[in-house]
Amino acid sequence: MTRRPFILRNPSILIFLALLAIFTAAVTLMSEAFGTAMISTSFVKTLGKTLCLCLVALAMDLVWGYCGILSLGHFAFFGLGGYMIGMWLMYARTEIIVTESLANAAIPPTDQEIVDAIGTQIFGVVGSSDFPPIWAFAHSLPLQLLMVVLVPGLLALVFGWLAFRSRVTGVYLSILTQAMTLALSLYLFQNESGLRGNNGLSGLQNLPGVAASQAVVSVWFLWASALALGLGYLLCAWVVSGKFGSVVRGIRDDEARVRFLGYSVEGYKLFIFTLTAIIAGIAGALYYPQAGIINPGEVAPIASIYLAVWVAIGGRGRLYGAVIGAALVSLISTWFTGGLVPSVPLGFYTIDWVDWWLVLLGLSFVLVTLFAPKGIGGLFDLVSGRFAPDRHGADYGPDKGSLQEEEGRG
Amino acid sequence: MSTLLEVSGVSVTFDGYKAIRNLSFRIGEAEMRAIIGPNGAGKTTFMDIVTGKTRPDEGRVIWGEKSVNLLRMNEARIAQEGIGRKFQRPTVFEDQTVHANLLMSLRNPRGSFPCLFYRPNRRDQVRVEELAEEIGLSGELHRKSGELSHGQKQWLEIGMLLAQEPRLLLVDEPAAGMTLAEREHTTDLLKEAAKTRAVVVVEHDMEFVRRLECKVTVLHEGSVLAEGSLDHVTSNPQVIEVYLGR
Repeated sequence: MTRRPFILRNPSILIFLALLAIFTAAVTLMSEAFGTAMISTSFVKTLGKTLCLCLVALAMDLVWGYCGILSLGHFAFFGLGGYMIGMWLMYARTEIIVTESLANAAIPPTDQEIVDAIGTQIFGVVGSSDFPPIWAFAHSLPLQLLMVVLVPGLLALVFGWLAFRSRVTGVYLSILTQAMTLALSLYLFQNESGLRGNNGLSGLQNLPGVAASQAVVSVWFLWASALALGLGYLLCAWVVSGKFGSVVRGIRDDEARVRFLGYSVEGYKLFIFTLTAIIAGIAGALYYPQAGIINPGEVAPIASIYLAVWVAIGGRGRLYGAVIGAALVSLISTWFTGGLVPSVPLGFYTIDWVDWWLVLLGLSFVLVTLFAPKGIGGLFDLVSGRFAPDRHGADYGPDKGSLQEEEGRG
Repeated sequence: MSTLLEVSGVSVTFDGYKAIRNLSFRIGEAEMRAIIGPNGAGKTTFMDIVTGKTRPDEGRVIWGEKSVNLLRMNEARIAQEGIGRKFQRPTVFEDQTVHANLLMSLRNPRGSFPCLFYRPNRRDQVRVEELAEEIGLSGELHRKSGELSHGQKQWLEIGMLLAQEPRLLLVDEPAAGMTLAEREHTTDLLKEAAKTRAVVVVEHDMEFVRRLECKVTVLHEGSVLAEGSLDHVTSNPQVIEVYLGR
């Protein structure tokens, strides 16, 4: 039996990849470094960061929209990925500066003196100069890149193993993941955590040993983010297609039934949870060099809740929905909070959108949940002519995370 | 006939209420058995114990030639041993096609990685089509199972059960909510299945049980009240008193 190649069976993947390529090429041609300079470097960075947010939203959709686990902790993995790459960026850049300044000394410095000087530079702000053990690999880019994958992956593996093995599900699991991200954030806020407490890691936009200007580097990161998003999309689409996808969606709608078919539900959940944590970590590692700074506030519990809001607004259980939601909401959010939207004078009160944006976001979340559960992605069903069967208000399964009637695709 | 499943001296208490008291039950290979009993007799709890959903307070559940202790295994492991279960309410994966439902149930490696790299082969495709034929859903293979009628969902679930190729089928009220014609088809499916494996049917409906033409076990207050042919048990004065008399 011949099977059509995976991509041809899922034409939406091709459309997505084509749009992503066109977008990347267009931004490149309008950038300051490679084109007509219609787009400022800072906006190129914003777009690059948005692509990373789309990637983490994709991970969220995989874990929540497909597997039914409402994790409110995936931004913790995103932040950890950022911290891991940030450690190398800070170390390597400080090393270059320290080596240059010590090169003129009468006696050439020893290796230990250089390391000590780097430590003083980095940890001076928290009143220390010694490298904590967690910085052991910070001198090496390959090792620290490995940590980008390993640290979020292992945390998710251990956390998921403990949670799923005890059959914690539904809202209790969501609370547990919130507790995890809160604990991580509070830990990172401490100076003793070894990651510069509330100062976080900064200067991440400067690539050590690269002479290119920020205009050029920003486009490189845009390319890297677009590549990661494209590959991530392919990977997620492949994972949710076929029998594995069947089982995972079965777990979302009726976990007990999957168990009685002989599938180890815990193993599948753990697989998805860990995989998505790794994807989130990689997205974070690409995001923070573009943001330039990471501090513990980034992994605050609210960030992970935003992630769920993006996916819900974009459309849960469809990969392009997650991307649309993340891109749209985060770009509009940048627009509103950047003070670019004119205030609305009401005479007695002036609506300043920087303050009122969150109210607007919350309101639109409520409205989407009530009136358009399919989210923005559901608009595509109007074009493709796919409609949900009338289920008289019944969900697709007994589990809390199962698809609602309106979310289904006919 | 060799024993496939042996449940002996099992008791379960829920919040002080004894749902199952010192229950013993055995079934051989290729045997059909109907379990009847009034509400609260412990029929569903009995199935929960055998499939690993509920842990009994005492007693033993022994399975197969090697006499494996099922009480030490989790639900997924027990299902892999060859015990399939059909629920009272039809539970199929409604968001997925009939084809996907059957394919997922086929007897194949159940681990995450074999599933991730699984490619449907000729043998599995043929098997899915055969099963669809058997349960009368050949024309519906590519429809979402959520769109099927109640009776069709029941058959699909029986099909999924057969796809697992279990040695023991536990079927909870298969005829509930079915039309007469649908019931007959269901009876045929179960009788056919019982030629090669053990089938335990929990049922309220006496007419349906009569059509199955098999040995009957009557449960009452969590233990076996009577066992034998339908005529034998229905003539038992105790049975008449607790069940049929009401």
